[in-house]
Order: sequence, then structure tokens, then C-alpha cells
Amino acid sequence: MIVASVGNVLVWAVWILAAFACLGSGVAVVSFSNPFYSALALIGNLGSLAVLYLLLSAEFVAAAQVLVYAGAVMVMFLFVIAYVDPRLESPWAGGPGWQAIGAVLAAAALLVEIIVVIGLNAGGSLAHSHDVGGSFGSPSYIGRLFLTDHLLAFEITSIVLLVAAIGGVILGSHSRRSEAGVEPL
Amino acid sequence: MNGPNITWYLGVAGFLFGVGALGVLLRRNPLIVLLSLEIMLNGANLALITFSRHLDNGDGQIFALAVMAVAASEVVVGLGMVVALNRKRVPLDVDRLSSLRG
Repeated sequence: MIVASVGNVLVWAVWILAAFACLGSGVAVVSFSNPFYSALALIGNLGSLAVLYLLLSAEFVAAAQVLVYAGAVMVMFLFVIAYVDPRLESPWAGGPGWQAIGAVLAAAALLVEIIVVIGLNAGGSLAHSHDVGGSFGSPSYIGRLFLTDHLLAFEITSIVLLVAAIGGVILGSHSRRSEAGVEPL
Repeated sequence: MNGPNITWYLGVAGFLFGVGALGVLLRRNPLIVLLSLEIMLNGANLALITFSRHLDNGDGQIFALAVMAVAASEVVVGLGMVVALNRKRVPLDVDRLSSLRG
């Protein structure tokens, strides 16, 4: 009994740390004026999200999140930010004031809608979760799902990645050709 | 479930989505717009994984992995466009990228 309650308190403590790190770094991404700091804050956001995924027993997705997102994608982001050397701008700068007010109102309306929908269902279907087995979310579990029930999604994902890679190459070579004086496509 | 109820996870996911939407609507630098889009996609991913755990069904995790692949593709194309714009000396401001306007 005592061991179970200590475990409960630990889970809550980790959850509170990860959730507040997640929310704080999310706000930081939007509010920094330097895109480099925003990208660093997003790495923190993705890392704390991976902790939340682990608490939800999604081990493979947490590992993929750290490797693919916080690793590969964010390194590419940091390289491009260093390459284009962006100017600093405050979050509220530029454009008429009514645009900023409209943006804040629209985002607040979205947030209120989400919270209301969650609150309406909190006592009903969301109250009790199913118990999951020990292998839930493990790499073999995910791999079996990918190669049996979701084979089509797996193949389409590979085609999407291939098309994106080709698009990246075309975008890069297009501007190089126009720089050399040849008419762009 | 040991620890917090899934409504707490859904609240965090909704807040992340709202913050990302605010960034997309408010910021003018296309790089930060792309970063905010990542936050929105991650909020959706957290909701998917939460429901996957809630219903003891792995389909949500498969969906989340597909969303990750789409997000990586989106970053490749978006950053390619930012680099191409930078080479053409176009200012990095989403309000001034209006040459496709009808």
C-alpha cells in the first residue's frame, strides 16, 4: 500500500515537471524574438513531450520523438536558422494592431473550445482507462501493427517521405540555377 | 491508471495546440511559423497517444508516427523554400511574400 502510494506520488511529480516544462517551452517558442532561441526552446518542448509519452507507456513513440524530432529535424532547423541569419523581431511587431488582437482572440477561442469539450466528457467516457499489457507500445508491438493492420499507411508514409526529399532537392537546385543567370523553371 | 487522469494529458495537448495556433497567427517570421506548426502537430500527437493508452488500442500510436513523418516532410519543404527565398534576397516576412496573390 505504502509502496503503491509512493509510486503514485512519483508519477505525479514527473508528470507535473514534464507538463510544466512542455507548456513553458511552448510559450517560449512563440514569444522569443530570436528564432535561434525559439528552436532551442522547441527542443526542450519535444524532450518533455517524450517524457509524457513514456508515462503513457508509448516507449517506441517516445524514442522516435527524441531521435527523429529533437535530433534530426531540429538540427536541420538550427542549420537553416544559422544559414539565413534572420533579423530579430518582437512577437507583436509589424502589421496593424487589430491583426495581433484577432490572432490572440482566435487562439483563445480554440483553446476555450478544446477545454470545454474535455470538461464536458471528463466525468463520463474519459473517467476510467483500460489497463494495458506489458508489451503495449514496445517496438515489437508497433512493428507488428505496422506490418499487418497498417501496411498501407506504412507504404504511403514512405512515398510521402520520398516526395518530400525530391521536393527539397528541386527547391535547392532551382535557386542555384537562377543564381547562375539561367531562367528558372 | 497510476498517476494523473487522461483529462490532464488532454488539457496539456489542447494548450499546446492553442499556443501553436497563436504563434502561426501572430508571428511574421516564416521560421517561427514553422516552429509553431511543429507545436500544433505535437499537441495533436499527444492527444492521439493519450487516447491510444485510454482505449488500449495501438492505432493511435501508428497515427502519431505517421504524423511525425508528415511533419518531417513539411519541415524539409518549408525550410527549402526559406533557403530559396533567402538566396533571392526576398525578405523573410510572411506578410511580404505575396507574389502568388490573385
